[in-house]
Amino acid sequence: MSDILMNDAISSKGAASGAKNDVLVDVRNLKKHFTKGTDIWGRSKDVLKAVDGVSFQIRRGETFGLVGESGSGKSTVGRCLIRLYDYTAGEVLFDGTDISKLGDKQLKPYRRRIQTIFQDPYSSLNPGMNVLDLIGEPMNIHGLHKSGEERKESVGALLERVGLKREHMYRYAHEFSGGQRQRISIARALSVRPDFVVCDEPISALDVSVQAQVINMLEDLQAEFGLTYLFIAHDLSMVRHISDRIGVMYGGRLVEVADSDELYENPLHPYTKALLSSIPIPDPRAARTSSPLIYDPRGAAAGGDQELKEVSPGHYVAGY
Amino acid sequence: MTEQLLTVDNLRVSFHTRAGENQAVRSVSFRVGAGDTLGIVGESGSGKSVTAKAIMDLIAAPGEVLGGEIRFRGESLRGLPQKKWRQLRGNRIAMVFQDPMTSLNPVKTIGYQIAEVLRRHKGLGKEAALKESVNMLRKVGINEPERRVHQYPHEFSGGMRQRVMIAMALSCDPELLIADEPTTALDVTIQAQLLDLLTQLKQQSDTAIVLITHDLGVVAKVCTRVVVMYAGMVMEEGTVEDIFYRTGHPYTQGLLRSLPQRGGANRERLVPIEGSPPDLIDPEPGCPFRERCPYAFEKCGELPPMLETEGDGHRSLCWLLEGGKRTLAQALEERGEAAR
Amino acid sequence: MNRSKWRNVGAELMANKAGIVAILVLVVFALAAAFAFLSSKDPNEMNVMEKLRHPGAAHWFGTDDYGRDYFARALYGGRVSLTVGFLAMILSTGIGVTIGVISGYFGGLIDSLLMRFVEIIMSIPSFLILLLLSIYLKPSIGNLIVIISLLMWMNISRIVRAETMSLKEREYVLYAKASGQSSFGIIGRHILPNLVSVIIVSATNNVASAIMMESSLSFLGFGVQAPNATWGSMLNGAQGLMFSSPYLAIFPGLLIFLTVLSFNVLGDILRVGFEPKLGKR
Repeated sequence: MSDILMNDAISSKGAASGAKNDVLVDVRNLKKHFTKGTDIWGRSKDVLKAVDGVSFQIRRGETFGLVGESGSGKSTVGRCLIRLYDYTAGEVLFDGTDISKLGDKQLKPYRRRIQTIFQDPYSSLNPGMNVLDLIGEPMNIHGLHKSGEERKESVGALLERVGLKREHMYRYAHEFSGGQRQRISIARALSVRPDFVVCDEPISALDVSVQAQVINMLEDLQAEFGLTYLFIAHDLSMVRHISDRIGVMYGGRLVEVADSDELYENPLHPYTKALLSSIPIPDPRAARTSSPLIYDPRGAAAGGDQELKEVSPGHYVAGY
Repeated sequence: MTEQLLTVDNLRVSFHTRAGENQAVRSVSFRVGAGDTLGIVGESGSGKSVTAKAIMDLIAAPGEVLGGEIRFRGESLRGLPQKKWRQLRGNRIAMVFQDPMTSLNPVKTIGYQIAEVLRRHKGLGKEAALKESVNMLRKVGINEPERRVHQYPHEFSGGMRQRVMIAMALSCDPELLIADEPTTALDVTIQAQLLDLLTQLKQQSDTAIVLITHDLGVVAKVCTRVVVMYAGMVMEEGTVEDIFYRTGHPYTQGLLRSLPQRGGANRERLVPIEGSPPDLIDPEPGCPFRERCPYAFEKCGELPPMLETEGDGHRSLCWLLEGGKRTLAQALEERGEAAR
Repeated sequence: MNRSKWRNVGAELMANKAGIVAILVLVVFALAAAFAFLSSKDPNEMNVMEKLRHPGAAHWFGTDDYGRDYFARALYGGRVSLTVGFLAMILSTGIGVTIGVISGYFGGLIDSLLMRFVEIIMSIPSFLILLLLSIYLKPSIGNLIVIISLLMWMNISRIVRAETMSLKEREYVLYAKASGQSSFGIIGRHILPNLVSVIIVSATNNVASAIMMESSLSFLGFGVQAPNATWGSMLNGAQGLMFSSPYLAIFPGLLIFLTVLSFNVLGDILRVGFEPKLGKR
């Protein structure tokens, strides 16, 4: 039954390895400005620079973590990558194709290959639809399984793969716990066999013990289907655990990018230092001896140059 | 033994829903000594917030306090008339909630709101109260308090608002401060600063704190004693060292192990607690954790008592600890089982 | 998916005695209106000798100041009032929901234009609109329904717009968008089904407004012409005789009240049935 999934995973992986380039997502000087408030004719008045010139690359099969506080622009970057927004400037190359200027029709195949899992397990599933319809929707959109029976079979297999039961197909979202809902979201994202999954704080709303279940599942699925993840989060200890490389965002810009162990052991940007020193440590002896550093953005802004520079192999810092 | 400030015995709270009686809190007991910082940890639905609300007499329909005793300095709080509550609440017992915006009046200045508390509870005059609110703002680390005291809540950031809430709560030198997830809505850097502030304030005054949180890191940072709740019951209680280093209950152990380990081995697989918490409408008898517990055995079908565990006043609700004061790890070793 | 929802509605209805009573009331009223011609009395036949008779065996609801049988008038009046109330509710809801969803979902300039339009209409006194329309439209029940609907859709459209704006930020809508679902697919699958409860509440309120509006329109010589009866016009006609013959006001008032109440009760049951979460709590 899970053969259907397996075969497809292999074929999509085969296609991926056929390409020469090992970069799957290439973000180049991405900017997204929002207009705050409009006049009575709907024209904009104020501008909020949510993302203001961000560049990074995600390699095939890796997990790229994006951390930062609320308002840092990390979620906006995620939403730009799934093309919920048009960009103010910059481009995003997905598997070599610039998706920033594609129209709805040309974008459609990429909408299948790029999937997403949202943060809020309560608002990410339509309360009026049962699980079969929820997971079946993206399949329908992309014409994956023509017959209802086939689709049902595929949804059943997906449910079992994410640790739920086939019988759950006819239930509604409110009948599930937060962790189970997040599994449904994962099954939905996987239903169209994507290459790249944007995980926008997928565990922040879950209980600690359930977070670990979901993280383990994401890791297993990545290995099984050769997925590439963008993992957006504010929980720094989980991000370190799941990510190969991490980018730290502050005020709409990336201030530091490095391999995850390198970043945690050798942070260079003052903001990264402040952020890491603030992680609550679940160990009383260690927690009591540490004290958080405070980041003063005014001091840093005076430095002027905010471009990322490579200071050691693979370790990039802004204004260093 | 320190003097007990607050004692809660066999507290039971239920919510009457269409589907039946949701037993949110069933038999919760704990003590808070003067000067203690007690952490109540638990996941969503464990009953930790309901317990806090019950202490403050804030349970409203469809919720109902079904039984138990809550004593503050020996005086029973249950069935206390509203008039007495008004003297107690905000004055001797203060509370800070998760979302400061809902607790602040958006059309009154911050200074007015703190001053109002001071005038009502301490009987200060208008001038004196405003002066004192400036002092309070300075104490909780707000820059330029003379200017900010005239600003409105929307001019403050989330972390600053929470500082204002703490200033307000502490303005009457309460004997007990109940903080319900005070840092959950904040960014980590702001959370760290606020926890630092709480620790400092703690050293300056002898206000006891009950801190409700889901975050073991927060507990490790500020608490002296800990109560671990699950499915409406207390699973384990003890000093913070007892809980972290001499763990007595499999649930606590599971919580600690489901966190990513610090240090280089970051790719080690996480150890989650499998399954999900039980339904509290018609819960099954016996230990509430047994469905998810890796060590469960026949006896767990019967509800265990709180059993003495290695440490001072350290107790856990687990049959494995029957027959002698020891930690979970020691008990498992005796049984010839490895930790799972 | 709808099967289980309708089952929910059915279960909710069965569990609710008020719901069964409401259905009975509406069915009886509708049948009475439909089969009014079976009544032996002519609703428009005047009889000066019999005027202002109190209710009794000969005239169940008494007679009015022209000596017309009040029961027969109530039967025939029900035809107009129920038809107008129901159809105007459907039409105004249709217009309001369409405009509200388009405005809320697409936003921007479309939204600004539509909402300014709504505000302009709402700021013009209804009387003025009526006078203008009466120049072009001939008095008839059909036109009456159209006019009432045109005067009533704005509130629904504003409520629906606000709700749509909050729904379109939900993550399941964002997900559908990011998965390549078309705008109309999103509106049909994710927006409208979740608007049902809001729509039902406003729609049932509109039944009452429509029945009352019909009476004032008829009073203005618009819509149903004298001597033909409607519940609204009967209530209007009873104004001067309120103290001497209170039954003239009580009967049509009671009929309107029961109709509106029944629609509200049914609306509430539909709403709860359609929202599985409410049913559980």
